[in-house]
Amino acid sequence: MSTEIVAPAAEARPMDLLRFATAGSVDDGKSTLIGRLLYDTKSLFTDQLAAVEAVSAARGDEYTNLALLTDGLRAEREQGITIDVAYRYFATPRRKFIIADTPGHIQYTRNMVTGASTADLALILVDARKGLVEQSRRHAFLCSLLRVPHLVLCVNKMDLVDWSQEVYEQIADEFTAFAAKLDVPDLTVVPVSALRGDNIVSRSENMQWYEGPSLLHHLERVHIASDRNLVDVRFPVQYVIRPQSTTVTDYRGYAGQVASGVLKPGDEVMVLPSGFSSRIAAVETADGPVPEAFPPMSVTVRLADEIDISRGDLICRPNNAPAVAQDIEAMVCWMDETAPLRVGGRYAIKHTTRSARAIVRGLHYRLDINSLHRDESADELRLNEIGRVRLRTTVPLLADEYRRNRTTGGFVIIDETTNRTVGAAMIVEAG
Amino acid sequence: MTTPAAYQVSHLDALEAESIFVMREVVAEMERPVLLFSGGKDSIVMLRLAQKAFAPANIPFPVMHVDTGHNFPEVLEYRDQRVAELGLQLVLASVPEALASGLVRESADGMRNRIQTPVLLNAVEKHRFDALFGGARRDEEKARAKERVFSFRDEFGQWDPKNQRPELWSLYNGRHHPGESIRVFPLSNWTELDVWHYIARERIPLPSIYYAHEREVIERDGMFYAVNEFFRPRAGEERFKAQVRYRTVGDASCTAAVRSDADTVEKVIEEVAATRITERGATRGDDRVSEAAMEDRKREGYF
Repeated sequence: MSTEIVAPAAEARPMDLLRFATAGSVDDGKSTLIGRLLYDTKSLFTDQLAAVEAVSAARGDEYTNLALLTDGLRAEREQGITIDVAYRYFATPRRKFIIADTPGHIQYTRNMVTGASTADLALILVDARKGLVEQSRRHAFLCSLLRVPHLVLCVNKMDLVDWSQEVYEQIADEFTAFAAKLDVPDLTVVPVSALRGDNIVSRSENMQWYEGPSLLHHLERVHIASDRNLVDVRFPVQYVIRPQSTTVTDYRGYAGQVASGVLKPGDEVMVLPSGFSSRIAAVETADGPVPEAFPPMSVTVRLADEIDISRGDLICRPNNAPAVAQDIEAMVCWMDETAPLRVGGRYAIKHTTRSARAIVRGLHYRLDINSLHRDESADELRLNEIGRVRLRTTVPLLADEYRRNRTTGGFVIIDETTNRTVGAAMIVEAG
Repeated sequence: MTTPAAYQVSHLDALEAESIFVMREVVAEMERPVLLFSGGKDSIVMLRLAQKAFAPANIPFPVMHVDTGHNFPEVLEYRDQRVAELGLQLVLASVPEALASGLVRESADGMRNRIQTPVLLNAVEKHRFDALFGGARRDEEKARAKERVFSFRDEFGQWDPKNQRPELWSLYNGRHHPGESIRVFPLSNWTELDVWHYIARERIPLPSIYYAHEREVIERDGMFYAVNEFFRPRAGEERFKAQVRYRTVGDASCTAAVRSDADTVEKVIEEVAATRITERGATRGDDRVSEAAMEDRKREGYF
């Protein structure tokens, strides 16, 4: 028995999606800030709050510890630390938000890299009393390494510096100067008090000198549509759809998610690595043909000619193709605690929908992510270390520079014995 | 609802595209996937996404129902109807059969939530499934908020929350050794409200118990339990009739209803948007055991 929906279905409001990562520790007031955003957008539920209050009271905390909201694992609550990335959701009428809440300490760099990999925006917190610390610079660097398009610095605890414009401006200037060196495309600095709610959802009464938007106002309106690369057509083939059916015959469609660019019926295309050319006959979804496809749409592309295409191949335009390369230069963040990356090491890699094996041919340097000093004498990368690596792959990757394309420019490194994901790589050069 | 002129997609389209991508990854890379289908709204949405991911071909994997024997008849009927319409193969993992064969024993409180796990794992082993699609969402519960989209399980079906694989970009690592498996959660980033908006947009029929109806219930711990053959009122608990609906559909012995007048999808959306209690908090007796009840069950191999 089922209930048919008779009335016309209510259309979802045309809100879009913003993914942002937060970095920081409890000391910076990060949990309070997230708790405040959730609470003020009515995304925090009374039973969640009651559970947190009860646990806080039982532990003898002097105040309701909002960190318990995101610290969901037993070990995290027992140790009072955030270990892993937690995902949180809230929405306003304009946007749905996905927060990747990551721990701030250096021993969790891999978690921050993970959270930043899919983020449209990153939110870095500093304590106004302490100003920029090593950790703030490290977070900014990681965001720039992962090419997070928008950065927001929240100067928090403004209530504890008497809402001082001077304190705020000094921190903002120092951070802006630092960010300029890192090639951060868009930076916004907001003075806030997460505890008191100043400049979180609405403009603060206590800081009349600040003329910018509240944090939520900025998150709701920051323009992310042009962050997507709509120029370079990159369509990694994920799966070939060939129905074994008597009603649908001779159907052959290439399913995948558009990594970048715009695909339209009639477009001349080239298939890599074979180099064969064809024309797009149709772009389809289960709901029918569409006039064009662009990121992040999942579609099925049909071509005018019968050519041999399989998973791991890539559809692009004849005059705008990625490199077809087996020698790859990449920045690698190592994520494995059991064994370091070493020159000569062999690994599996996954790049778009393509799997291959790779051998580490060289380690140019290890980067000190606090000082940005390059240690060229390094011969290995250990957990949470980042360095520039040269790899040789068994089959060509269809690759772009990561700075140009976050999808065709990134890959993961997998240990072939344990099957664990042990590294994240961002391509600097493929040739 | 795309606006091609501006090359923007709505949040629902973005979520749908991500879920379809995840499902295609699994079918492309894994040997024997199966979709856990309970007849609950999340698994119903998942099934719709599977249809979309592989159209015009049929869904290329079977569905499995872990049948606790404590079912709502409306849900079983819906399950069978859906399976027949889509021409799917239905694998039944039956708790009553497992009780009869001695694989599991009834727990003292009569709840079958925990004993589902060995039954599920037994079926996975028997059919050699290496990928199990589950409808769990990260907004449901704080342990789930930390779980990966591709969640590795060892040969005992166990989840190790402290030893999860980093998951970057949309590069999912499904590699595993024989006997190990991956739980895959395509709806990870959906919220309860997203699910309802999608049900409305796609006009997906649901089992009738999701909409307001009159039912004989008792009140316990602030939750409304239907009186039926699986749920016996305790002494002093008064039966009464109330207008209710189910926000979640699980085992009939531990899933409670909420008071509601929402008898259409639009009214449910309004209700869900206004509610201040999470769906599991409002309806699941099994989550009230302890602060880490879900994490503990998941470690053992629960959904």
